[in-house]
Amino acid sequence: MTGSLFTNPRWLHPAAWWIWALGLATAASRTTNPLLLGLIIAVAALVVSARKPDAPWGRSFRFFVRLGVAVIVIRVAVQLILGAAFGTTILLPLPGLALPTWLSGARIGGDITLESLLLAFYDGLRLATILICVGAANSLASPTRLLKSVPAALYEFGVTVVVAMTFTPQLVIDVDRVRTARRLRGRPSKGIRAIAGSAMPVFEGALEKSVTLAAAMDSRGYGRRGSISAANRRLNSALLLIGLVAACIGAYALISAGSPAALGLPMLVAGVSVCIISITMSARAAVRTRYRPDPWEIPEMLVATAGAVVAFSFVGSLWLSLAGIDTPSNPPTWPALPLAPLLGLIIAATPVFTAPMLPRDTRVAMSKNKIKVGT
Amino acid sequence: MISFEHVSITYPGAAAPVLVDVNLHIPEGELVLVVGRTGGGKSTLLRAINGLVPHFTGGTLAGRILVDGRDTAVNPPRELADLVGVVPQDPMSGFVADIVEEELAYGMECLGLAPDVMRRRVEETLDLLGLVELRNRPLLSLSAGQRQRVAIGAVLTSHPKILVLDEPTSALDPGAAEDVLAALQRLVHDLNVTVVMAEHRLERVVQYADRVVIVPGDGDPVISGTPSEMMGDAPIAPPVVELGRLAGWHPLPLTIRDARRAAGPLRELLTGRPAPLRVVNGERDLAPLTSADHLTVRYGDVSALRNVSTTISRGEIVALMGRNGAGKSTLLNTMVGLRATSAGIVRTNGKDPREIKSSELVHCVGLVPQDPGDLLEASTVAGECRSSDHDASVDPGTTRALLALLAPEVLDGTHPRDLSEGQRLLLALAIVLAASPPLLLLDEPTRGLDYPTKARLAKILRELAAGGHGIVLATHDVELAAEVATRVIVLAEGEIVADGPTAEVVLASPMFAPQVAKILAPENWLTVAEVRAAITGEATG
Repeated sequence: MTGSLFTNPRWLHPAAWWIWALGLATAASRTTNPLLLGLIIAVAALVVSARKPDAPWGRSFRFFVRLGVAVIVIRVAVQLILGAAFGTTILLPLPGLALPTWLSGARIGGDITLESLLLAFYDGLRLATILICVGAANSLASPTRLLKSVPAALYEFGVTVVVAMTFTPQLVIDVDRVRTARRLRGRPSKGIRAIAGSAMPVFEGALEKSVTLAAAMDSRGYGRRGSISAANRRLNSALLLIGLVAACIGAYALISAGSPAALGLPMLVAGVSVCIISITMSARAAVRTRYRPDPWEIPEMLVATAGAVVAFSFVGSLWLSLAGIDTPSNPPTWPALPLAPLLGLIIAATPVFTAPMLPRDTRVAMSKNKIKVGT
Repeated sequence: MISFEHVSITYPGAAAPVLVDVNLHIPEGELVLVVGRTGGGKSTLLRAINGLVPHFTGGTLAGRILVDGRDTAVNPPRELADLVGVVPQDPMSGFVADIVEEELAYGMECLGLAPDVMRRRVEETLDLLGLVELRNRPLLSLSAGQRQRVAIGAVLTSHPKILVLDEPTSALDPGAAEDVLAALQRLVHDLNVTVVMAEHRLERVVQYADRVVIVPGDGDPVISGTPSEMMGDAPIAPPVVELGRLAGWHPLPLTIRDARRAAGPLRELLTGRPAPLRVVNGERDLAPLTSADHLTVRYGDVSALRNVSTTISRGEIVALMGRNGAGKSTLLNTMVGLRATSAGIVRTNGKDPREIKSSELVHCVGLVPQDPGDLLEASTVAGECRSSDHDASVDPGTTRALLALLAPEVLDGTHPRDLSEGQRLLLALAIVLAASPPLLLLDEPTRGLDYPTKARLAKILRELAAGGHGIVLATHDVELAAEVATRVIVLAEGEIVADGPTAEVVLASPMFAPQVAKILAPENWLTVAEVRAAITGEATG
């Protein structure tokens, strides 16, 4: 029976993928050890290559990897140009220009030291790793499927987001179409004037598409009246709004140092509970039903736990001040490979086996099953 | 099931109503075909059935529309969703979900059906429309025919009693169109669904219809009747009907089968008469306008074109045919340098088209894209013509003069968006022709065109070819290809599988043979006009 849980092809609950990925991202945010960060990226890439579907969102991982590389490059470049040099290992002596004190006393250029270079690289790598973890979640779980699991009261909001998301690829297609048209009419298809000239037709096309979509959704029954009365619905919306505002005030009070702590927590709790009441009330009255909601079963538990374990192994190591979780850049040190986070990472890779196979037709063909990190 | 009682519809700001005093009663379980000029009010009639007009579009509705006893004036589209399923013209524009199965369930989710009912209906619909293999596929990855079937399935799962379709086969190749029509017929026969469908390509659909509604436009009365009644003197008719009229067959046949049984005497009459040969008037010795040599184009891992070699010369009209996704558009795009080649050589006007600057390119080759509206961006026809003169650096007024030749009725002040499909195409054609390129490429030019506009286009193309232009049409329209083409190239999976004179290629394939050829086989006749010329020649000489 448990065997069929793993072998039966189906989509994994998107929330499980997000918990797993956020666990990895949390782990990444706690360390500057380049070895550990590299391993986190490797784990993410491994799981993505094993379980990503052959669908438009499945290809977003590569985009996030590129984004990550760009982040590292920018971070290092900023350090070289603007950062204050420190450390003693000078790699490349360069003249610098000290800015006057009214410009915060920063300096431009200057010696390039190994220490500052390492600091920037570790910092950039950490941010890149977090981005890549988010990218992994994005390509493993369809954004639309995630929205399907939001409560019914937030459904309308969910549809808006879905429409907005289908809009972006559509916009890319439209831009391409308009550029084509410009070439066919003998106009320059590159440069500032070309972009200005194509903005209007693209915008018009996008607007027209959204109106068509709205008509189609209307004719398919979107927004049908339920059994709930108009007054009741208004009450629900008002409750949700009040709850959200209260929760925001509470959260702000908790975070900001100046406000009384007594205000923060009760306000947050009260706000969240009002929201929950409103959501359950409208969920009970909603006409909508859900088609094949993703189940939450043992594979989901295992994948989510894998994410939690890796996050805990890093946070715990840092908390216990175990050696090796941080790699100091001043003085430059060889990164160590601490045991606890390493075990956590091995567990984080288990979704390769524990997540169920994807349904046929959505699996990526083996020849395409190569993830190129850093391309 | 559907009744229109003295219905008139006026859009806001319009001087005259689109539909005037329409009286129409459609009983349950009929397949109704709505025909008429583009812009004549067909779509308005269709959209009035589920209340999109006037609830969504605005405007005023006089009279009463009852759908299964419900008045559309008080029931907005969403409240009629359980009763009327509407499939829009471009299925992709109406998709909400991202996977086939989810899209099929969306309408039911809105209606609040129980999960087990939804599951059962999705499975049934997947089987009914042959979509089982596609259930987990992302919608973006489907071909046009598959999308159309998914769009039909997506409204069917709600079990509507009425299905409304706006040009369901206009974007489909002949094979895919037959699949969709077979599915529709099955619904009518097995499930007693009432189907109301607008379609220009009568040759594809008229034999399936129980009733034909003609919307003439310009406020003329809407009339309806059985297909053979209506086809007897309708101004628009498929070739099978025109041939029947010419030969004086009675009753008028609507299907190839009926026509063949009546065509015995006509075949005998034509036996021994050589079908007219299509001659190419251009100077064939001149260098070809464009040539492809072992051309391969890849998108990622997919080969859109494989090892394609061909040339296009002056005076030729070449029809490029093949399934959706066979590589027709890719070949056209490569000829104007919009796509890079992966292997092989393309030469347009003797040069690599990717190297030609766009200002120079327009004088070598003109491409009218699938949606001619893409080329248009000004807010008036006159403005469009002016900017076209500027783009092509020709004398002011050139484009306007061309347009006056192609479509004399188009007015200067009209917004291009308000033109009919056909007028937009001709405007785009005028813009492309302004730079007088010797090579003219058209991608799906007859999509959404009615018969009169199509006839006009055919005439224009023949004149252009006679004037020395070389023309390539990528088209699914077998009748248009039979009408004008001197040569047909059939593409399959990116490879050329047939390339030769029109008659030779289309007669060899049941998929691409025009109706006249099917009726008169084994004689080699392609169009009604050819048969007419032969018969009248007989009478006079």
